[in-house]
Amino acid sequence: MSDWEVVIGLEIHAQLATRSKIFSGSPTAYGAPPNTQADLVDLAYPGVLPVLNGEALRMAVKFGLAINAQIAPRSIFARKNYFYPDLPKGYQISQYEHPVVGKGAISVLLDDGTAKTIGVTRAHLEEDAGKSLHEGLANASGIDLNRAGTPLLEIVSEPDMRSAKEAVAYMKKIHTLVRYLEICDGNMQEGSFRCDANVSVRRRGAAKFGTRAEIKNLNSFRFVEKAIHYEVARQIEIIEGGGKVVQETRLYDSDKNETRSMRSKEEANDYRYFPDPDLLPLEIEEGFIASVRATLPELPDEKASRFTRDFALSAYDAGVLSASREMGAYFEAVVAALGQSHAKLAANWVMGDLSGMLNRDNLEIGDSRISAAALAALLKRIVDTTISGKIAKEVFESMWSEGKSADAIIAERGLEQITDSGAIERVIDEVMAANPKQLADYRSGKDKLFGFFVGQVQKASGNKANPAKLNELLKNKLAGG
Amino acid sequence: MLDNFIAPYDATVVAKLKTAGMVMLGKANMDEFAMGSSNETSFYGPVRNPWDPNKVPGGSSGGSAAASAARLAPCSTGTDTGGSIRQPAALTGITGVKPTYGRVSRYGMIAFASSLDQAGVLARSAADAAAVLRVMAGFDPKDSTSVDAPVPDYPALLNAPLKGLKIGLLREFFEGLEPRNAKLIRDALAVFTSLGAETLEVSLPHLPMSVPTYYVVAPAECSSNLSRFDGVRYGYRCESPKDLTDLYERSRGEGFGAEVKRRIMTGTYVLSAGYFDAYYLKAQRVRRLITDDFRAAFEKVDLLAGPTTPTPAFAIGAKVDDPVTMYLNDIYTIGANLAGLPGVSTPCGFVDGLPLGLQLIGPHFAEAKLLGAAHQFQLATDWHTHRPGGYE
Repeated sequence: MSDWEVVIGLEIHAQLATRSKIFSGSPTAYGAPPNTQADLVDLAYPGVLPVLNGEALRMAVKFGLAINAQIAPRSIFARKNYFYPDLPKGYQISQYEHPVVGKGAISVLLDDGTAKTIGVTRAHLEEDAGKSLHEGLANASGIDLNRAGTPLLEIVSEPDMRSAKEAVAYMKKIHTLVRYLEICDGNMQEGSFRCDANVSVRRRGAAKFGTRAEIKNLNSFRFVEKAIHYEVARQIEIIEGGGKVVQETRLYDSDKNETRSMRSKEEANDYRYFPDPDLLPLEIEEGFIASVRATLPELPDEKASRFTRDFALSAYDAGVLSASREMGAYFEAVVAALGQSHAKLAANWVMGDLSGMLNRDNLEIGDSRISAAALAALLKRIVDTTISGKIAKEVFESMWSEGKSADAIIAERGLEQITDSGAIERVIDEVMAANPKQLADYRSGKDKLFGFFVGQVQKASGNKANPAKLNELLKNKLAGG
Repeated sequence: MLDNFIAPYDATVVAKLKTAGMVMLGKANMDEFAMGSSNETSFYGPVRNPWDPNKVPGGSSGGSAAASAARLAPCSTGTDTGGSIRQPAALTGITGVKPTYGRVSRYGMIAFASSLDQAGVLARSAADAAAVLRVMAGFDPKDSTSVDAPVPDYPALLNAPLKGLKIGLLREFFEGLEPRNAKLIRDALAVFTSLGAETLEVSLPHLPMSVPTYYVVAPAECSSNLSRFDGVRYGYRCESPKDLTDLYERSRGEGFGAEVKRRIMTGTYVLSAGYFDAYYLKAQRVRRLITDDFRAAFEKVDLLAGPTTPTPAFAIGAKVDDPVTMYLNDIYTIGANLAGLPGVSTPCGFVDGLPLGLQLIGPHFAEAKLLGAAHQFQLATDWHTHRPGGYE
C-alpha cells in the first residue's frame, strides 16, 4: 500500500434534456448551424429578461429526490460576473449560496464487490455559456451562442473518493441515474455530461487535505481516470521533491495525457456573485415536490436489489443489468418469456454474447439486432435441450447477422441435438473402433482419457449429441457395457 | 454606447400602449442609462427646463418631463429607479407616477438597477396619468418580477372621497427643508385637510440612510447589468482593437460616459470579495429596515406625504461636478424605490417662478388611492394647469 492517500471530489455538469433553454424559449437541440438557436434573450439584447423554464426545475428536483437530498424550499439564482465573448450578458445565471438541491448521497459498487457511499454536497441549476471557435478563422474567433442558456445541473460531490477508479465509478453511477431519470441524455461526446475533478494527495493518516488542483472539462470516463492518475503522480512527485502543490485550475490534454496549468488561485476571477434581481427567489412547495416524486421511476439501486432478490442474481450481475433502464427492460423481457427460474441463463446471455455483439457493432441495447423475444426463443431451445449451449452460440451469431429466428436457423441447418440413444451409441461405437489404443489405455486406468472420447464423439456428431446423454452412454460403453 | 442602436423589438409597455391606440411621437432625451438627476449626463447634451432654459429639467426622465411640460406630448413614459419620474415631474410642474415594483413590466426597459427600476408615466394631470397607467400596467410572463394581480380601473376610481383618509407627514422629509418650500408643502396638505383627510406626523427612522443604501445597491446591480455592453454584439465598438482585453477596455472606456463609469466602478467595488459583506450585504439589511419602517407607517396611515425634491430646478452646471450633492437631490424619492412602493408627484406651487412637487407615497398596489388623492387635489387647485411661458 502506498504512503499516499488520494482525495477526489467531482463537479459534474449534466445538461438537462429540456426542449427549450433555461431562461429563454430557444430550442436546445445539438448540432444546429451556429447562432440559429439563440434569441434576443440569449444574445443579451438590452431590456430582455430571463424567465425560468419550469421543466428544468422539475428535473433538478427529480434528481434531488433520487439521491435523497433535501429540496430547498427557497433557493436563489445568483449572477456570476465575468467577461467573455461567449457569455453575452457578462454574467452567468447560476446558484451560489442557496442551491435548489441540498445534501444527498449515492451508493457506488466498487471492483471488490463492496459498496461505498459518496456524498453529494449540492446540485444547482445554471445556464451554459456559448462556444468560442478559434479554428478555421484567420485572426478572428467565432462565437456560437446556440449552447448559451442551455440548462445545466451542476452536481458537486463531497471529497469522498480515494482513487481514480472510485471517481469513475461515482461518475458512471450519476451518469446511469440521470439517464434513468430521463433528465439528461448523457451524451459525453456532445458535452451533455462532463466533469471537473478536484484532486489532492496527502500522507496516509494526515488529518488535513492537501492542496488541490481542479482539472477542468473532462468529457469521458477514460479521461477522468487518466487525468487523475497523471495529476496524482504529478502532485506526489512535487511533494516528494520537497515542493508544494499550488492551488490552481488545470486543463487535461488527452493527446499528450497530461494536465497543465490554466490559471492559479491568484489569477482566478473575482466573480462578484450576488442574487439575480431579475429572478425572484425560487419557492418550492411540498405539493410540487410530491408531484415530481410521483414521476420517479424505479431507480438503479432498487432495480438491482429486486434482481438479486427475485432472480437470485449476484450483486455484480444485478448491477450490470440495471445499469440502464433499457438494459433492465430488455433483460426482464427475456426473463418474462423464458420463465423466472431461468433468469441466470438470461443474465449470462444478455451480459455475455449480447453485450459483446453490441460492443462490437457499437450499438445501444435499444438498437439490438436481436430482440428480447427472439433471444428468449433461442434460450428456450437450450432449456428444452433442442440444442446445446455451444450450438446456441452459433445460432445466436447467425441470428445477429441474418436476422432470422432461432428455430428457423436450427431447422435450416439441422442443428437439433441428438438425444436418441441408439444414434449416439452408434457414434460411440465408431469412435471406440477408430481409437483402439486410447480405449485400451482408458480401460487400464487412464480415466483422464474420458474427456478425449467426449470430444471425439461430439466432433463426430457435429456437436449435436446431447451432452448429458452422451456422458451417460459413453461411460457405459467404455466400461465395456 | 447605443447611439444609432435601434431596438429590434418593442418593450411590453410600448406594445401595450400601441395596442391601446397611442401614437409614438419619438424618443426623449435622458441621462445616460438613466443615471443622473439633471439630464446632464446625456450623451446628447442636457435637456433644458421649459420654465427656465438655464435650469435643469431633472432626471433621468428629463426629456419626457420637459416634453410633457412644454405640451409637446400629452404624456410620456419614463423609468424610475431612484426618482427618475417623480423628480423631473416635480421640477417641470407636471404629474409623475412611479408604480409599485412589479406593477408594470420591465421587459424592454434597459436595466439600470433591476430591483429598483419601474416604468411609469408623466402627464399633465393625475387623470391623464391614470388612463395611461391603466393600459401600461399588468402581469407580463416575460418579466418574472412582474406581479400577477388584476389592474384596477384607475380612471373610474379617481373620485373616491378623501374623507377619513389618513395622510402621514414624513418628519424626516421636512428636516432641513427651506422654509418657502416647506410652506408650499404644508399649504398643499391643508388642501387635503379641507377635503376631509386627516394629517398626522410619522417618522421613518431609517429613511435618512436611504441615499447611501441606494448608492450601494443601484451601482452593484448596474455594474452587472451593463456588462452586456461589451462591444461584441451591438452598440459601440472601439476602432481596431488589438486583442480581446483591448476591445473590452476601450469599447467600454470610450463608449460610456463619466457618471456611468463611476457607478460601474462603485458597483464592482461593493460586490468584490472582501467588500461584499461590508457594503452590499449591509445595504440590503438597511434596505429591509427602511421597508419595515414604511410597513409600520402604513399601519397608521393610508398615504405618506412630503416634498418630491429638496428644491425647485437648479441651474445647469450647478451640481454636475459634485456627484454627492447631485445624489442628495433624490433624497426624498429613493425610499419608495428601496421599498418597492408607488409614488406620485403633483405640482403644488411655485418658488421664484419654478414649480415644486408634492409627493405622495402609498402602500404596495395603492396606485388607485394615490391617483385619486392627487386628482382630488388637482380638482381643488390649479397648479397643474400652469404652463411655462412660450408653450401656451
